Amino acid sequence: MKKVIMGNHALSYGAKLARSKVIAAYPITPQTQVVELLSEMCADGSLDARFIKVESEHSAMAACIGASVAGARTFTATSAQGLALMHEMLHWASGGRHPVVMGNINRSMAPGWSIWTDQNDSLSERDTGWMQYYCASNQEVLDTVIQAFKVSEALMIPSMVVLDAFALSHTYEVVDVPEQEEVDGYLPPFNPEIRLTPKDPHAFGGLTGSEHYFELRYKLQKDMEKAPALIEKTGREYEKLFGRYLGLVDAYRCDDADFVFVTSGTAGFTARVAVDELREAGVKAGNLRIKVFRPFPFAQVREVLGKVKKAAVVDRNCSYGAHGIFYQEVKSALYGEARKPLVFGYIAGLGGRDITTDSFKEVAAHTLSKDKADEEIVWIGVKK
Amino acid sequence: MREKKAKKIVFKSAEEMPTMIISVGSQTHNLTGAWRNIRPEIDLSKCLKCGICWKFCPEPSIEIIDDWPVVDYDYCKGCGICAEECPAKCIVMVEERK
Repeated sequence: MKKVIMGNHALSYGAKLARSKVIAAYPITPQTQVVELLSEMCADGSLDARFIKVESEHSAMAACIGASVAGARTFTATSAQGLALMHEMLHWASGGRHPVVMGNINRSMAPGWSIWTDQNDSLSERDTGWMQYYCASNQEVLDTVIQAFKVSEALMIPSMVVLDAFALSHTYEVVDVPEQEEVDGYLPPFNPEIRLTPKDPHAFGGLTGSEHYFELRYKLQKDMEKAPALIEKTGREYEKLFGRYLGLVDAYRCDDADFVFVTSGTAGFTARVAVDELREAGVKAGNLRIKVFRPFPFAQVREVLGKVKKAAVVDRNCSYGAHGIFYQEVKSALYGEARKPLVFGYIAGLGGRDITTDSFKEVAAHTLSKDKADEEIVWIGVKK
Repeated sequence: MREKKAKKIVFKSAEEMPTMIISVGSQTHNLTGAWRNIRPEIDLSKCLKCGICWKFCPEPSIEIIDDWPVVDYDYCKGCGICAEECPAKCIVMVEERK
């Protein structure tokens, strides 16, 4: 059934259709409506789940981990400072191999206090061992939550479904909400091999000496390496049932392109409009939207960018003292490749400043004017 | 007393390890009583058999056998809570000697 819903509620419907059994959350703008709607669903019985009110995000993730160990499908959502407060527990979820799925609404880190979007909150959690999906539409948000549970539970690795504050969280779009029976056919109940049960008592996550810890982390990385193929496979299965493919990247008009934007989140859809306009002006432009950031889609990035002359990575984040984070990762993926483009890095839209088609045209003009890619950070739209 | 199997489990490869970090019985070979530097000694002639020491022991290293409290020195860390709580004051903490 088609509904007009905001991005936050797309997360809620995704969690509902996945038949989440335990939801533990603490409210933070702009995430609040995600869990408000879920708590209403739990209260009116439309979702058979336990909603746990907690006193902090750290506790929210702790409760999710506990429920997941007991074999319940668990969901939570947060933003920015809330995610940062969860940081320790993120390691517990991934290190302990508990497939929690969490929505994170990208909100700029304070100070200065901000409720508007950029990606530094979720990218600060890059190395926690969570999978990260960056969404560009409300439809993609809903679909990805369902897929994320499937991938997470197969690999026993938690997932973060990330969306931009306000640009998606509070923006209403038409979303095709699948029928419950169809989703049930795609996503079977969570049934972990090992779980917390009095029938077979174990302590979880206890002291692990140097004779075992290394292997546990090796296994986490090895399972993470299985994720790209599994995301593509489950994405195709989803497409068969629902008509929408959920892949690692979204390449738009890249096949014959000379110049490609590399983007993520909602800016990735704005870039498409800029691509169309540049094409009308005679520039063979394309857009590579990286949807899955962890695991990093090395093969797909190399395949698309191996064919182009110039790539412009537009980051809505900054690793201070280095560069945009996607820029660094894209360059690292291409290093050593025989065929690779000149890669330029741009930072735009921090603290929720709009990234518009004009921003992309400014990026394109700069990239096209250069013969050599240096390490310079080009700031788009900053008042210098 | 509980059965103790002093066997340490070491996996030979990542493959045979469980994905999740679960206890594999380390408490059966980690005899944490070795940490103790004062030990509880119970004067059973004064004992009321109230079970308070058993209830308060955080380890739990006091077992009730035929109604009488018995300290499991393999695991007792010598915290002294039993001696503090004993209403008959029949438990005293004595320095460990090598």
